[in-house]
Parts: sequence; structure tokens; C-alpha cells
Amino acid sequence: MTDVRLDVRGLAKTYGSGPGAVPIIGDLTFDVKVGEIVSIVGPSGIGKTTLLKCLAGLQPMTSGSATIDGRPIVGPPREMALVFQEYTRSLMPWLTVEKNVFMPLRHLRLPKAEAASRVATALQAVGLTDAVKKFPWQLSGGMQQRVAIARALAYRPEVLVMDEPFASVDAQTRFELEDLCLQIRDEFAMTIVLVTHDIDEAVYLSDRVVVLGEKPARVTRILPVEFEGTRDQIVTRALPEFGMLRSEILTLIRKTA
Amino acid sequence: MSVRGFTNSRPLLLTLEIGVPVTLLAWWWFASASSTNPFFPSLQKIVTEFGKLWLFDHFLSDIVPSMSNFVIGFAIACVAGVLLGTLLGLVPPLNWLLGPIIQFIRAVPAVALLPIFIAMLGFGNEVRLFIIALAALFPVLISTIDGIRGTDALLVDMSKVYRFSRIERLWFVYLRSASPQIFSGMLVSLQVAFIVMITSEMLGAARGIGAMTLMAQKSFDILGMWAGIVLLGILGYLVNLLFSMFRRRALAWHLGAQRAQASN
Repeated sequence: MTDVRLDVRGLAKTYGSGPGAVPIIGDLTFDVKVGEIVSIVGPSGIGKTTLLKCLAGLQPMTSGSATIDGRPIVGPPREMALVFQEYTRSLMPWLTVEKNVFMPLRHLRLPKAEAASRVATALQAVGLTDAVKKFPWQLSGGMQQRVAIARALAYRPEVLVMDEPFASVDAQTRFELEDLCLQIRDEFAMTIVLVTHDIDEAVYLSDRVVVLGEKPARVTRILPVEFEGTRDQIVTRALPEFGMLRSEILTLIRKTA
Repeated sequence: MSVRGFTNSRPLLLTLEIGVPVTLLAWWWFASASSTNPFFPSLQKIVTEFGKLWLFDHFLSDIVPSMSNFVIGFAIACVAGVLLGTLLGLVPPLNWLLGPIIQFIRAVPAVALLPIFIAMLGFGNEVRLFIIALAALFPVLISTIDGIRGTDALLVDMSKVYRFSRIERLWFVYLRSASPQIFSGMLVSLQVAFIVMITSEMLGAARGIGAMTLMAQKSFDILGMWAGIVLLGILGYLVNLLFSMFRRRALAWHLGAQRAQASN
């Protein structure tokens, strides 16, 4: 089909060595194509966060490889941004919203006007134009997560990785942020990898869903998700195909847990 | 609700903060007005003596040297404490190696070491500076180590994902995150530096507020001694006030975040 942006081949991760070694990830192989949204789902404790840490270059993998545009990931790659699950802890409480978003751009040494416009565009995209001078702790949980997303957007990564990004916001905000995610992909032409335990969310957002199972983790199945027309919280979720995919994934996860 | 309650009680608190000391001072003034006890002279006499002794006359010769010792000693302690504390906080093996030694030196009151240093280094002003800085070093040092080590691992990961440079990570993540603890340590150091500044002058110094006050006491100049005590009280209070104001500005984000958390 199209170009492969993120390619994971035989990735394995074991903590420790010798008899006390704990294998977390057995053997993962999947790829993410340019402009795709791919969700990674699996039973809790399967090692999704470990996988993200390896992909983000925060932890070395034990064996196998992961490449972005053909370049192997050894440290945090320039082409990648990560939105953490704990948004409150990932923002710097001593900086205003605007400065939190600007901080990662500092070392890129962009011209001042360009940096300012990136920050403004990102904050506008997530609907936070009125909150630029506020501190993160003055905002609600959903708004804090928007700041974290804006920070990733301003960084203009090719791959945006999100770790259960909407796990601790209320249902209404969750729907809004999910649609924001789709909108970002279209507007900024980003490739998005989303780790989630919410199967509905995975089906709603993704082009493909990677289901993990077993211990240590393996890829159980990769399911393509195709719906006609643009995705809509009410219409898409009411489609019969939506329900079928959802049941299929749930059955896979139950079986392998 | 709680925020509004807090703002409403502010004028009351302020009135109490100013009112209580003023009432106590007034009580001291009138109760001691007809005092004939040689050890507890009237406040009026103390104030007169205070003006005579400290304002203008000994300001340059004694207050300025004392305060400059205090400020320089405290500044050295802060800089050295933050630098060393950051290093020890970031490199755990170093902390394991040096931790016990630091705890040992800290456990010995710096003033107790003064005679040794005087014997080694003489009666010069440098000895006093050194001892002030040494005593004031430990609270800053220990709170800096704690603050740096307490930096949220997730924030550090975030700074790696976004490829902050080492300097950026140190300055914008570690030190900022540790700053509430560093400031608390500095506040303790400030008090220690003040105490040691006075005590260091009581051993073998010819000038300074501590020396003057001790000399007054030894020559039964009770009024002069009281004037010295009043001066120390005022200076100590002002120094604390200044630092607290500075701290409140620098840590506005921290205090705000704490209030936001409390009201949730």
C-alpha cells in the first residue's frame, strides 16, 4: 500500500537477566503506515507501556528492531512525540500553558516568529486560545490533556504516540478529544500510534487495531477497520460493523488474557 | 468557598499580625517605664540608647561589617549548597559515598569548630565568613539533594522524549522542580547564618554587632546590651521578611498549585 513509517520487527523486552529475568514482551511485529492511526489494545498488564517506552527510545529493547522511516530507534527520535497518560504529571507546573508548549521548541532554534506561530496554531487547534497565560493547575483535567496534545503538535512530529491519553477524563471530554485526534491526523498529516484499553475508542479512531495477547506479549491479530464516510461519534458507533469488530476484539482479548 | 473565606479573613489576620506585637511593645513600654531594676531598664531608655549607639555612630563600623559577613556567607552557602546538592542528587553513587561524611559534619555544630579554625587560620574576618558559610551550607545542601532526587521521573522522561539538552533538563526541569525544597532549605540556612554571624563575633572579634553586644554585657553596660539585643531582633526579622517576600514571588506557581489542590 503506502509507505511504512514505523516498522517494528521481532521486538522483545526482558527485565533483568539470569534466573530472575522477567520477559515482558515476547515477539512483536507490526508496522504503521504514513498517515495511519493504529491502536494497540490488549489485556491490562500485557506490557503496553513497556512497548511505548521502547518505541520512544526511553528503554533499550532486548532484541528485535524498531525503525522510523528506515532509521533504527536507539534514543528518543526527533520524529516522535509522546503524549503521556498522566497529563498532570507530564506538564511543568512552573510554566504557563504557552511556555509548556514552547519548551520542546527551544532547542530547535527556530526563528522567533515561527516558534510563536507554531505555539499559537497548536493551542488554537486544541481550543485553548483563552488559556495561554494560565498555569496548568488552573485548568481542568481535560484542558490539561489538551495542553499536552498541543505541546506534541507544536513539536510537529511525524509520529505521535499516545499512551492511554483519554483514560482519566470524563466521557464528554473524551469524545471531544477523540475527534480532536482525528482532526489532527487530517490537518497535520501525522501518523498516530495509540495505546488504549478502551476497545470502543480503538475501533472508533483506528485504521488498524493491533491486538496483543499472551505473556510475554505477542501480536494476536491485526484487524483493519473500515467504515464508510467520515467518522462520527453517534453514526459510526451505531454501525453494525462497529459492533462486530468490537465483539471480535473483545473475544480475542478474553481468550488470550 | 475556601478561597473566599481566606480572602475575607485577610484583613483580620493582618490586623492581628501588626496589632499583637504593637500591643506587646506598648505593654513593655508602660510596664517598664518606672523600672529601677538594673537588669531590666525601661524600654524608653533602651530605645534612646539604641538610637545613640547604633544609628549613625556604629552603623558603618559595626552593623555594615556584620551584615556583609552575613550576606556573603549566606550567598556562598547557597551557591555551594545548590551546586553540590545538584551533583549529589543526580549522581546517586556519589551520594552514597559522601552522604555519611556530610551527615557527620552536619551533626557537629559549626560554632563548636570555631576555636579550631581560629587556631588554624587566625582571627581574620575570613574565618568568620568561612564558619558562617559552612554552617549555613548544610540545610541548603540536604534540601537540594532531596529536591533533585524527588523530581518526577515522568517529567524527566518527558524532557528526554522532547530531546531537551542537558542544560535545559537541569535548569528547567530538575532545578525548577526542586526549587520549593531548595527555598525551604535556604530559609533554615538564613537563620543559621544569622546565629553563626553573631556567635562568630563573640569569639575574638573586635567589631561587629555580636562583639559590641558581648562587650556591653561583660562591662555591665546593661543598656548597651539590651540595645544590641533589640537591634538583632529587628535585623533578624527584616532579613527573614525580605527573604520570604522573595521566596513568595519565586514560588508563586508552587503556592498557587498547592492552593488549587487544596480547594479541589
